[in-house]
Amino acid sequence: MLKAHNLTKRFSGLLAVDDATIDVAEGSITGLIGPNGAGKTTLFAMIAGFLSPNAGTVTFQNEDITGEKPHLRARRGLARTFQIVQPFAGLDVRDNIAVGAFLHTKDPAEARRLATLTAEKVGLGHELDKLASGLTIAGRKRLELARALATKPKLLLLDEVLAGLNPSEIRDVLPIIRQIREEGVTILMIEHIMQAVMNLCDTVYVLSQGKMIASGEPRLVCTDTAVIEAYLGHGAAARIKAEGAAHA
Amino acid sequence: MKKNFEFIAALAFLGVVGIAAIAGLPGNILNLLIFMMIIALTAQGWNVLGGYGGLSSFGHAAFFGTGAYTTTILQTSFGINAWVGLVCGVILGAAVGAMIGFLSFRAGLKGSYFALITLAFAEVLRILANSWDFTGGAAGMMVSINNGFAYLQFSDRRWFLLILIGFVAGGLLLTRWLERSAFGAYLIALRENDQAAQALGVDIFKIKMQAITLSAAITALAGCLYVQNFLFIDANVAYGSWISIEALFAAIVGGAGTMLGPLIGSVLLLGLGEITKSFSGGIAGVDLVVFGIILILCVAFAPNGIRGFVADLWYRRKSRGKAM
Amino acid sequence: MYSPTIIFEALMNGLMLGAVYALIALGLTLIYGVLHIVNFAHGALLTVAMYLVWLASDRFGLDPYVAILVVTPLMFAIGYCLQRFIIGPASRGSDNGILLATLGLSIVIQNLLLAGFNSDTRTIATDYAFEIVPLGPLLLSLPRVIGLGVSVVTAVLLWAILNRTDIGKAIRAVAKEKLGASLVGINVAHVYAMTFAIGTACLAIAGGLLMPSFYVSPTTGAAFVLVAFTIVVLGGMGSIPGALIGGLLIGVVEAISSLFLGDSLGQIGIFLIFILVLLVKPTGLFGARA
Ligand SMILES: Nc1ncnc2c1ncn2[C@@H]1O[C@H](COP(=O)(O)OP(=O)(O)O)[C@@H](O)[C@H]1O
Ligand SMILES: [Mg+2]
Repeated sequence: MLKAHNLTKRFSGLLAVDDATIDVAEGSITGLIGPNGAGKTTLFAMIAGFLSPNAGTVTFQNEDITGEKPHLRARRGLARTFQIVQPFAGLDVRDNIAVGAFLHTKDPAEARRLATLTAEKVGLGHELDKLASGLTIAGRKRLELARALATKPKLLLLDEVLAGLNPSEIRDVLPIIRQIREEGVTILMIEHIMQAVMNLCDTVYVLSQGKMIASGEPRLVCTDTAVIEAYLGHGAAARIKAEGAAHA
Repeated sequence: MKKNFEFIAALAFLGVVGIAAIAGLPGNILNLLIFMMIIALTAQGWNVLGGYGGLSSFGHAAFFGTGAYTTTILQTSFGINAWVGLVCGVILGAAVGAMIGFLSFRAGLKGSYFALITLAFAEVLRILANSWDFTGGAAGMMVSINNGFAYLQFSDRRWFLLILIGFVAGGLLLTRWLERSAFGAYLIALRENDQAAQALGVDIFKIKMQAITLSAAITALAGCLYVQNFLFIDANVAYGSWISIEALFAAIVGGAGTMLGPLIGSVLLLGLGEITKSFSGGIAGVDLVVFGIILILCVAFAPNGIRGFVADLWYRRKSRGKAM
Repeated sequence: MYSPTIIFEALMNGLMLGAVYALIALGLTLIYGVLHIVNFAHGALLTVAMYLVWLASDRFGLDPYVAILVVTPLMFAIGYCLQRFIIGPASRGSDNGILLATLGLSIVIQNLLLAGFNSDTRTIATDYAFEIVPLGPLLLSLPRVIGLGVSVVTAVLLWAILNRTDIGKAIRAVAKEKLGASLVGINVAHVYAMTFAIGTACLAIAGGLLMPSFYVSPTTGAAFVLVAFTIVVLGGMGSIPGALIGGLLIGVVEAISSLFLGDSLGQIGIFLIFILVLLVKPTGLFGARA
């Protein structure tokens, strides 16, 4: 469904994303993991059209969209959330979500009805009249999700929607994400919380220092030497193996 | 529900003003009310772009003046009917808005940069109007006196006030539609966060273009009506910064991005201006000193203007900033 | 059509006028570079400075150039108080709030002056106002030559303050990294006000330089505001060398376009440059920031 091939992004000298390739199959939940500063958010921004890549192509449903503006990608069904939440602070929750819903209906009453339904789906049903600026972090993360969902996306890009939530909040959100997939939405998610990645994802990509260093089934990727070293430093994989052997 | 209440209250206020005018008001009060309505309409135009869209213009004189000059020139130099002139003025004002918008928004200007460039455009127009022959140069232009509805001039000024009230009510209606429509939601969304708006499929360039065009059209309409009342225009009146400032002050003091803001602001400011003038014995500038202080106070203590301030007290902060 | 001498004289006149423009813009760009605010009241404050110079001369018989010595500390104090007690607290750091607060301030100042001094234009009569300095075939006006000289000296002084003094170091630290500066114990509100004060003090010098050959009325400064913004934008918001070169450039443009288009239409050149720069390269010729 999505093919982002050989993407490269340079920020005046800093190579944030270096020839990275990612394929997302229709109907899947694909994970993107990697240490902080690996370039995950930058990669998302290129896929969603907020940054233009220095090299590489983005193909969505077999159409090249590399140079396309973000709002046109949204209309194709490519929705994203922001790692740093970006609520419309002065609007209430319902109207925040309605902005997304207006993509498919110009009827205000219908848009607000859809917004209400979407809010209920992500568990914001009882905060509809609250100002977005008055929500907790967990509430704002849900709002990001609801707004993106209200555009009726085909592919949903989630940038660390679980970050900053406590374990019980995470437990509440996981089934929501699964439910979204059940309804036919393909998901590409950046996530740090391994438990969630293992739980949800069919395929995982690992980005480290801008380079895609591994991909595959979550369980296999997690034991990959390169991946462990990317997270824990050089030699860590060998240490873990040795420890494992010692325990055995 | 609350919005409905406000809307009806505003209409009722306008109705009372109209009825009082018909019943008979002193001439100076009538003149003040006429001026209040012209400024309210100008500010309603400003509010679309500056209030709902968050793009503060310092140069709405560009639209006001274009409307005023267009209808004046069409009437005096070409003998065209005042109403036709008014329509042309609105169209040309909107076109100037679209042109300034196209250039500024394509360059991605916002915030102070946008404020400054709008001011510069208005200044360019002022200098041109001051030196060109067909705008009457520095001497300005007069609209010849012809009373009657067809000429949009009335020997009895009450009729003119009623027409103005009609237009301001129309402005309220338009704002009410805006607050509910997809267009309004998009406009507020891009004001609050343009990145997030784009991510939700909002074509922010297109929405900004529509907003500045609509905003300019309303302000140009006010410019046309200004000329029909005062029957004289020159570059400093039409394109001078005074009108840009009045529009911005009225909208912000009343409550930028609210339906009632411009009306509240213009009635209050101009009313207060009259009072200070009469107390200070007519020293020039005192009323504007008061305006400036009120603006600073609003920025400091009532960022949502008087409408927001009162609504805060009224609804005990439950519906603060609810704008859609 | 025009002899080379006339054109060259206009050029020199433009350069000298531009030097004073540069001085005005210097204050504005310094304030922008550190506080990241567009100070819309800058023009009105210039008017205040000019009136103070006029008062010093009218009431106390001070020569306008001598008056600079008195008016500069006064303007410094005014600038400090305005930022510390009005603009800073009122705007609470929001971009739009600052823009509107300084706009409000400029309206208040301009109209207080109107109420206090009415709209008459005031001038100072000096013996040297029409003195001519011959330079080869060119005849230059003495006040403008002095204007150029003092502006250059002021720019050098400003550079020295920023680079050689403790407050200058604090100012540069705050400009670069506000949070870091406050963490190492720099009082940011104070530094902001000091910067604003220095920027405002520049206006006192500019006022003193303008008064012998110019007039003042409550709206005089407003005419300079867009010119100063043009220079600042042209030179790159926050760039001091940019303001200097931009000022000289704009002075020349104004002189040349006045020569060819006449005084009233001549100003249009400045605004068109302003619009063009904003549209094409809003970072200006020397600015790094967008
Ligand atoms: N707009 C930008 N300008 C300059 N550098 C940036 C910008 N955005 C991100 N970076 C840098 O690019 C690198 C990758 O950042 P990011 O994509 O946010 O990483 P991740 O999301 O994986 O944590 C980081 O070193 C970051 O500092
Ligand atoms: Mg990230």
